[in-house]
Amino acid sequence: MKTGNLTQRLGGLPKHIILLGMCFIWLLPAVGLLVTSFRPFQEVTASGWWTVFSPPKGQAEFSASCAACHGEDGKKLANADLSNPAVVSQFPRSIQLQAALRKNINGQPHMGTVPVPNTQQTADIATYLRVLAGIETNQRFTLDNYVDALVGYRGRTTYRQDCAAGTQSVDLNCDLSDLSNPRGMTRAFLNSLIVAIPATLIPIFIAAFAAYAFAWLHFPGRLWMFALLVGLQVVPLQMTLIPISRLYAQLDLNGTFLAVWLFHTGFGLPYAIYLQRNFLGSLPRELFESAYLDGATHWTAFWQLALPLSLPAIASLAIFQFLWVWNDLLVALVFLGGSNPVLTYQISNMVTSLGSGWHLLTAAAFISMALPMVVFFGLQRYFVHGLLAGSVKG
Amino acid sequence: MAVQPDAKIARPHFKPIDATVPKVMLQGSFTPWFYLLPAIIVMIIFIVYPGLNTFYLSFRNNTNTDWAGAACVAGQPCWGVFENYRYALTSDIMRTAFLNNLTWIIVMVSATVALGLLVAVLADRVRYEPLAKAIIFLPMAISFVGAGVIWKFVYDYGTGATQIGLLNAFVTFLGGQPVAWLTTPVINTLALILVGTWMWTGFCMTVLAAAVKGVPAELLEAGRLDGANEVQVFRNIILPVISPTVAVVITTMVINVLKIFDIVYVMTGGNYGTEVIANRMYIEQYTSFNTGRAAAIAIVLIAVIIPAMYFNIRRFREQEALR
Repeated sequence: MKTGNLTQRLGGLPKHIILLGMCFIWLLPAVGLLVTSFRPFQEVTASGWWTVFSPPKGQAEFSASCAACHGEDGKKLANADLSNPAVVSQFPRSIQLQAALRKNINGQPHMGTVPVPNTQQTADIATYLRVLAGIETNQRFTLDNYVDALVGYRGRTTYRQDCAAGTQSVDLNCDLSDLSNPRGMTRAFLNSLIVAIPATLIPIFIAAFAAYAFAWLHFPGRLWMFALLVGLQVVPLQMTLIPISRLYAQLDLNGTFLAVWLFHTGFGLPYAIYLQRNFLGSLPRELFESAYLDGATHWTAFWQLALPLSLPAIASLAIFQFLWVWNDLLVALVFLGGSNPVLTYQISNMVTSLGSGWHLLTAAAFISMALPMVVFFGLQRYFVHGLLAGSVKG
Repeated sequence: MAVQPDAKIARPHFKPIDATVPKVMLQGSFTPWFYLLPAIIVMIIFIVYPGLNTFYLSFRNNTNTDWAGAACVAGQPCWGVFENYRYALTSDIMRTAFLNNLTWIIVMVSATVALGLLVAVLADRVRYEPLAKAIIFLPMAISFVGAGVIWKFVYDYGTGATQIGLLNAFVTFLGGQPVAWLTTPVINTLALILVGTWMWTGFCMTVLAAAVKGVPAELLEAGRLDGANEVQVFRNIILPVISPTVAVVITTMVINVLKIFDIVYVMTGGNYGTEVIANRMYIEQYTSFNTGRAAAIAIVLIAVIIPAMYFNIRRFREQEALR
């Protein structure tokens, strides 16, 4: 019995390895982003993000060469207390430290029988000593990247340092009003919300009416119109960008939120109608029959029966449309641009103009992902449901 | 809404779909349009009219002042009014774009469907199924732009001794030379496709997992009792049953891949030989202001998508026939 269990378990091993391996690969890039967004910016470009999990620089060398006499905390010898900044500051560079290590102390070699560390090791030890003495703080994680990203600060030092020193750029006040800086992620986050909420609600509402007609009303051409709707779902956005931007130019709508709401409404409708109609059509028809026999009009049947009953479908749809709009770059790029920058626009701008400002970019990217992730983890069931309803059930 | 009893419903010319509507739910002949019109008007303004207008613009010159080809010079190659299509179909950059889109379709669609199927089938047999699925599915929730940042960091190429990009750190750790993943042709397109695969495998997995769960348990049991091993069960039972779903997933993915824009725009801007159709269209219109050419590229894009559209409609009609 036991061996049977074992072979069974071993037989299942490949599937666990494949699955867990894939999960690991899928998570790793995102973990890199998250970790980097919390690292001080000097560190980000100096070493890979995975090094945050290794011991501080120089600690291993210190343990090997110095800890036996000075102790791991450097305090063991009262006359040479390495946690004392005054002592350590005598060796600002590895040269001074190396010289001290080669000197004789009380007629004996400083290092005794332990070999004198080489230049690189000495430099690392010197770095570690500064941290040990508190001259330098070995800060591994910081929130500064998020502060900088939220206020849109792109200086050589952090926003907090510059504000403390009073050397911030002229358009900043170093108080809460900086959050409204048009370059900042706070503004972009709000703009994304302003774009996404109406662009989610309007199409769903208009689609609910049309879906009701397709499900429970007679009219000529019902089938072919619905088939057309299925076709419209795959029309690429690119197909309509040029005429719409010309139309918007004539109406002076380019750069306004209204322009984006309307565009997303137009493009969200085919799928929204399709999904809601399929849901409404799958409700028992007796329900509507009896309502009608009880004297309900289509108007009351729509508001009091169809709409409340299709709430699950509306929930799925809302999540989908919201994420689609929130994550969209093309429409925002074309119709909003820099006048009301949304998150995706702001980040894509940073990628192209900032080069390798990874500390800001990673923080900004994570700010843009926070809400979708909350939506995703909170409402995963509806998300999956909507996805399946759209592509399989039909 | 005044709703009058209407004799129309009894008329025989209604299509079969109308059989789903209860006879007692009478209505005026205007009633349906009251519900439909807002949607129809919006869709006409934002999809139908622009589509037709783009078609017209594709035959016009770049500023829409004359027909395309009006500026053609004798002796130079010119397709007359189809001049923009000459550019969209034969120019070097568009040829690169077509080839790249083809690579995208072949590599990414097969990779996402294969990996999605793999996870769908394997996760079905482990206890941590929800967690594994959520992890694979997570990239679906974030934007292409966010994914672009994540992966640009993975692909980072340092000229110095320290590699802060995960992939190059791994390569140098193994003793290799760091690679400029995003600027070396061919490798860079594959690198971008990997990002797309990372994002879309979750979609394929979710849809396919639902289909796998729908395979009747008796069928699987019968197969196993007959001595089939797991691979045989998958090949001879699961795969045939879910093949319609696989077809749907493939069509959807082909459409998605054809429209791919954000990943390329954010990560390489279409430079270094990574151009794709949708990005080219954006550049022609909004960087070079070549409206005619951009319109022609858009028309070419929809022309490539039409077969998929046809497939969708046919499937829809088959389903309606089953209702």
